[in-house]
Amino acid sequence: MRQSIVNKHKKLEKNVTLLAAASLVTVAIGGLVEIAPLFWIDSTIERVEGVRPLAPLEQAGRDIYIREGCYTCHSQMIRPFRDEVERYGHYSLAAESMYDHPFQWGSKRTGPDLARVGGRYSDEWHVQHLEDPQSVVPESVMPQYRFLKDRDLRIDGFGDNLAALAAVGVPYDDEAIAAAEDDMRVQATGEGDVTGLESRYPGAEARDYDGNPKRVSEMDALVAYLQQLGTQVDFSKVEAQELAQ
Amino acid sequence: MDTAFTRSFGWLVAAIAAILVALFARDGLFGFHMMVFAAAGIVAALASANQIGLLRPSARDLESRYDDQLIRIGVILTSFWGVVGFLVGIVIAAQLAWPVLNLGIEYTTFGRLRPLHTSAVIFAFGGTALITTSFYVVQRTCRARLALPGLARFVFWGYQLFIVLAATGYVLGITQSKEYAEPEWYVDLWLTIVWVAYLVVFVATIIKRKEPHIYVANWFYLAFILTVAMLHVVNNLAMPVSLVGTRSYSLFAGVQDALTQWWYGHNAVGFFLTAGFLAMMYYFVPKQAERPVYSYRLSIVHFWSLIFLYIWAGPHHLHYTALPDWAQTLGMVFSVMLWMPSWGGMINGLMTLNGAWDKVRTDPIIRMMVAALAFYGMSTFEGPMLSIKAVNSLSHYTDWTIGHVHSGALGWNGLITFSCLYFLVPRLWGRTRLYSLRMVNWHFWLAILGIAIYAASMWVAGITQGLMWREYGDDGFLVYAFADVVAAMNPYYVMRLAGGLIYFSGALVMVFNIWMTIKGRLRDEAPMTDAPYDAAADRPLPQPAKA
Amino acid sequence: MSYETLRHFADSWFLLAMLLLYLGFVGWAFRPGSKHANRRAATSILTEEQKDQADG
Repeated sequence: MRQSIVNKHKKLEKNVTLLAAASLVTVAIGGLVEIAPLFWIDSTIERVEGVRPLAPLEQAGRDIYIREGCYTCHSQMIRPFRDEVERYGHYSLAAESMYDHPFQWGSKRTGPDLARVGGRYSDEWHVQHLEDPQSVVPESVMPQYRFLKDRDLRIDGFGDNLAALAAVGVPYDDEAIAAAEDDMRVQATGEGDVTGLESRYPGAEARDYDGNPKRVSEMDALVAYLQQLGTQVDFSKVEAQELAQ
Repeated sequence: MDTAFTRSFGWLVAAIAAILVALFARDGLFGFHMMVFAAAGIVAALASANQIGLLRPSARDLESRYDDQLIRIGVILTSFWGVVGFLVGIVIAAQLAWPVLNLGIEYTTFGRLRPLHTSAVIFAFGGTALITTSFYVVQRTCRARLALPGLARFVFWGYQLFIVLAATGYVLGITQSKEYAEPEWYVDLWLTIVWVAYLVVFVATIIKRKEPHIYVANWFYLAFILTVAMLHVVNNLAMPVSLVGTRSYSLFAGVQDALTQWWYGHNAVGFFLTAGFLAMMYYFVPKQAERPVYSYRLSIVHFWSLIFLYIWAGPHHLHYTALPDWAQTLGMVFSVMLWMPSWGGMINGLMTLNGAWDKVRTDPIIRMMVAALAFYGMSTFEGPMLSIKAVNSLSHYTDWTIGHVHSGALGWNGLITFSCLYFLVPRLWGRTRLYSLRMVNWHFWLAILGIAIYAASMWVAGITQGLMWREYGDDGFLVYAFADVVAAMNPYYVMRLAGGLIYFSGALVMVFNIWMTIKGRLRDEAPMTDAPYDAAADRPLPQPAKA
Repeated sequence: MSYETLRHFADSWFLLAMLLLYLGFVGWAFRPGSKHANRRAATSILTEEQKDQADG
C-alpha cells in the first residue's frame, strides 16, 4: 500500500517535471533558430567604412537620450522606401548600429526619425529646440528639456562606462579609456588636445555645443550625440563600393 | 519560533547590507534604490517576526482549506495598480494632445512616464493579477494548500518591491531603454530571484496535489512562468558600469540586440499577456458558466501550438529594418500561422457557453468574459494582419500599433482580469454576492465604449499618419512636412484621451463595487433581467408586440 | 552547410516532418481512447466544492 503511494507520487512528480521540460524545449526552438544564426552568419552585418565607436562625450549624450526615453517617440531606423529615403536620407545599414549597446531603432514615430539628423541643423537650433520645441516647431508635441542646459555633465569616472562598453565588444582601447574624461572636456569646449580626440575618433567635432563655454552641460553631450547621428558613413563611397561588387 | 527568529534576523542583516552598499553608491540614484531595498528588508524582518498585524494571517486563514491571505491582498493590489496604470496612461495621452502638460520638469516628461504607464499596466496590474490568480487556481485545481507558504509570501511581496523599484526608477531616469524591459541590471537580478522562487512555489504546489491530472490552466501558468524566466534572463544580459551604480550596457549590439529585444518584447505579449491570461480563462470562464470547457482536447492542442508558434513571431517588429530578410520572413510566416491557435483558444472559450448563452444576457460577469474573448479574437486577427510585410510598411511606426495593443490590453487583458476580480471578491470575503451586479453592467458598457473610442481613433490616426508620410504630389515631391502630420494627429489624440477617461471611469466603478462588497454591503437593486425565458429550449420566449 | 542548403532543407523535408509531427500530436490528443480522461479532467474543476466537503 505504502509502496504503491510512493510510486504513484513519483510518477506525478515526474509528470510536472516532464511538462515543464517539454514546454521549455518547445519555446526554446524558435529563439534558437532565429537569433543564434545572427551571431555567426557573416552577411548579417556587412562591413562599411567609417563606422567608429562614439567619442565619450557623444556616448554620454547617448546615455542622456536613453535616460529621457527619446526612443519612445523617435526611431533611428530608416526603411528602404522612397518616401523615407527622401525624408530622412539613405536607408539604415546594420553596420551603423554595430556598436550600439543597446540599439535605439525605436518602434514609434510620434516625432521624426533621427538616424541621420546629424549636421542637418545648427547647434543653436538644437539647443533652442530642446529648450522649447514649440518655439521652433509650433506643431510639436515634444516635452521641453530646459533642465539639460542647467546641469553639469557628469564626467568623473566616465572611463568606467567606456570600459564596460569595451567589455561587451566595443573597440575602446586602454588609451581611449584613460583619456575619456579629457576627451569629453576637449570635445565640449574645442580647447585642448583636439588632435588626440580626432585621432581616436575620426570625424569627431570639438566645439562648445550648447552656447555656454563656461560649463560642460548635459545639453553639450546630447547635442554632440545628435550632431554625429548618421554622419559616420560616407554614402557616396558606399554606393561606389556596392557598384564595384 | 526559531525559524521566525532566524528569518527575521536574516532580513535585518540583508537590510543593513543594503544600507552599507548605499553608503558606497557611485550615484545617488543607486543609493536611493538601495535604501528602498533596506526599507523593504526591515518590513520583511518585522513581518517575519509577526510584528505587522496587517500581514499576519488570520485564524480563518490558518484553518481554511486553502491559503487565501495573499490572494485577498492580491485582489486589492491588482485593482490599485490598475487604477494607477490607467491614470498614468491618461496623463501621457493628455501630454500628446497638449505638450504643455509635460510641465518642463524632468520627472514628468512623456519619455519618462511612458515606461511608467506600460510597466504599471503590464507588470503591476497584469503581473499582480497573474500571480494572484495563479495562486488561487493552482490550489483549487490541485486541491492542496500552497506549498512553501513563506516562499509564496516572498514571491508576492518581492514582486511588489520589483514594481516599486521599476516605477521609481523610470521617473528618476533609470532605464536601459529596452521596451517593456526598462529596469536596470540590479532590478533585473532581483526579479530573477523572485521569479525562480515563483516557479518553485508553483511547481511544488503541483507536486503535492491530490488530483491526478494537472488541469490545463496550470499548463498555461507553467509555460508563462518558465518562458518569462527565459526571456527575462537572456534579454537583460548586460555589463554594469559599476557594481554600485545604476548604469549598464546591453551585452548585445545593433541587429542582434534588436532581435533579442523583440523576441523578448513580442513574447512578453505572448506569454505574459496571452498564456498567463489564457490560464485565467481556462479556469474562471468554466467556473462562472458552471460548465466544463468546450473541448479539453482542443485546449491541449491549443496549448502546444500556441507556445511553439508564438516564440517565432518577434521579427515582425523589425520588418524592413536592417534585420536580415530571412528572419523577417520567418517572423511573418509564424505570425500568420499564430492566428490559428489563437482563434482555437478563443473558440474554445466562447463555445464553453454552448447551451448557456442566456447567461450572456443575465450574468454581466459572463458577458464581460465573452467580450474579453471577442477582443482577444479581434486583436489576434489584427496582429497577424499587421505582421504581413505589405501592411506593416504602412502601419509600422504609427499609432495603428498603439490602437492594436490597446484593443488587446484593454479588451482582452483588462476585461478578463476585471471579470476574474468580480468572480473572486465575494468568494474570498465570504459574501453571498457582489455589492451590485448592475454596477458590473455599468462597468461593462463604460469599458466597451472606452475601448471602441480608443481603438477607432487610433486606427484612423495611424492610417492617416502612414498615408500622409508617404503622400506624393503631382510635382513628384512629398506633400507633407513631418510637422503637418503631427498637427493632423491632435483631434485623434484628444478623442483617444476621451476613450481612456471613459474606460478609467468604468474601472473606478469596479473599485467602488469591490470596496462595498468587501465591506459586506449589498446594494438594494432590481434584478438584472426579468425577460421571460424558456430554460429548456435555451432561448427567450416570444414577447407580445407592444401596442 | 550554407544558408541555401539549410533553407532548402527547412522548406522541404523539415517542413513535412513538422507537419506530420503536428498531425500526430493532434491525432493523439483526439484519439477516441482519451475521451473519458479528458472529460474527467475538464469537469474536475467543477466538482471541487462537493469534494471539499467530503474531505472535511
